[in-house]
Amino acid sequence: MTETPLFRYTLRLADNALVLGHRLSEWVGRAPVLEEDLALGNLGLDLIGQARAFYVYAGEIEGRGRDEDALAYLRDAGEYCNVLLVEQPNGDFAATMMRQLFYSAFAHPFFEALQKSRDATLAAIAAKAVKEMAYHVRHSAEWVIRLGDGTDESHRRAQQAADDLWTYTGELFEADAVERALIEAGIAPDTAALRASFDNAINDVFDEATLQRPGSGFMQSGGRDGRHSEHLGFILTELQFLQRVYPGAKW
Amino acid sequence: MAAPATDIAQTDVTGLLTRAREVAESVVDPEIPVLSIADLGVLRDVRIVDGAVEVDITPTYSGCPAMNLIALNVEMALIHAGFGMPRIKTVLSPAWTTDWMTEHGKKVLAAYGIAPPQGKASRRALFGEEYVTCPQCHSRDTQRISEFGSTACKALWRCKACAEPFDYFKCI
Ligand SMILES: [Zn+2]
Repeated sequence: MTETPLFRYTLRLADNALVLGHRLSEWVGRAPVLEEDLALGNLGLDLIGQARAFYVYAGEIEGRGRDEDALAYLRDAGEYCNVLLVEQPNGDFAATMMRQLFYSAFAHPFFEALQKSRDATLAAIAAKAVKEMAYHVRHSAEWVIRLGDGTDESHRRAQQAADDLWTYTGELFEADAVERALIEAGIAPDTAALRASFDNAINDVFDEATLQRPGSGFMQSGGRDGRHSEHLGFILTELQFLQRVYPGAKW
Repeated sequence: MAAPATDIAQTDVTGLLTRAREVAESVVDPEIPVLSIADLGVLRDVRIVDGAVEVDITPTYSGCPAMNLIALNVEMALIHAGFGMPRIKTVLSPAWTTDWMTEHGKKVLAAYGIAPPQGKASRRALFGEEYVTCPQCHSRDTQRISEFGSTACKALWRCKACAEPFDYFKCI
């Protein structure tokens, strides 16, 4: 079974959004304050909405009759191709906000660029997502600044979160053969060109937050090719439970 | 009311289209039931294709949970009005913006207690936070509590003049 680069690429975008959206949904009902409960629920909903649009399109590209539910609920961890960053545990509130900042500081300029894709469907999904990611950047940046430039304890935790998660940021900018083929075709943006925008956003936030930006050391990799941390299996166990136990269940 | 359009082929297409459009425009947002989907800017097109009604709707936010219900309600409204087998399509492009909300929509939203989007979305992107007027007492002395409210499209605000909290329909 050969799959097209466009299918794999679209699936990666969908998996990133779904896994992070699911992570955020884990906060619902247990966020530190009511406003954050609503905020995290809303951010998660944006991502799950984006995931759905990408899955629908991936199913069409594949042309084997898999719909968005089949792609989300009936693939095992090794078939998921999200970046490792999005499957990292929520940890404390600083870790969740740092993960959100790293992802959205990448995703915002990424979707801005993807709006110009030669692929009309990807461009249309990106045009919606870019507006949503602008809110995600702003919200997570505000929190990282508040925590970094807050108490000794909040500063310590924000710095710890940055140090722990930085190693997962390199994968956001990787381009393999799948991606290079689509960059050539004018379908995928070249993520290398987004690096400066990401760096500037992170530098600005970290300066204001009085946080040290971690050095560019070893970067984790593999999620995009299905090699995941053990966390993804636990996420899917919860996410897919209903469809595994009651196949085809609808509501 | 006109008789059910059982034989569309023999009827005036322009008249049918006008009627189909009226029916589609009458469907309201299930989360803000004073606001029609036409006033919200979610209804993008109504047309007759091969004798059947086709309607385009667009989501406000990617994850808007009301979209499925809106599509279903448009379909049901058309069927009730005698249009057989209407097709409801979700279109993503161009992306919805609050700039498409009608002036009438903004009025009914304010009367319902939700501050309507203020100014143009593009202007907001340039100049940041705008002044939001309290839908209760019309004071401009208001402050944002949270950028995220009860639904994806709303933020939580508070009026410092009358002390009422209120929802603000965000500009995007
Ligand atoms: Zn007031």
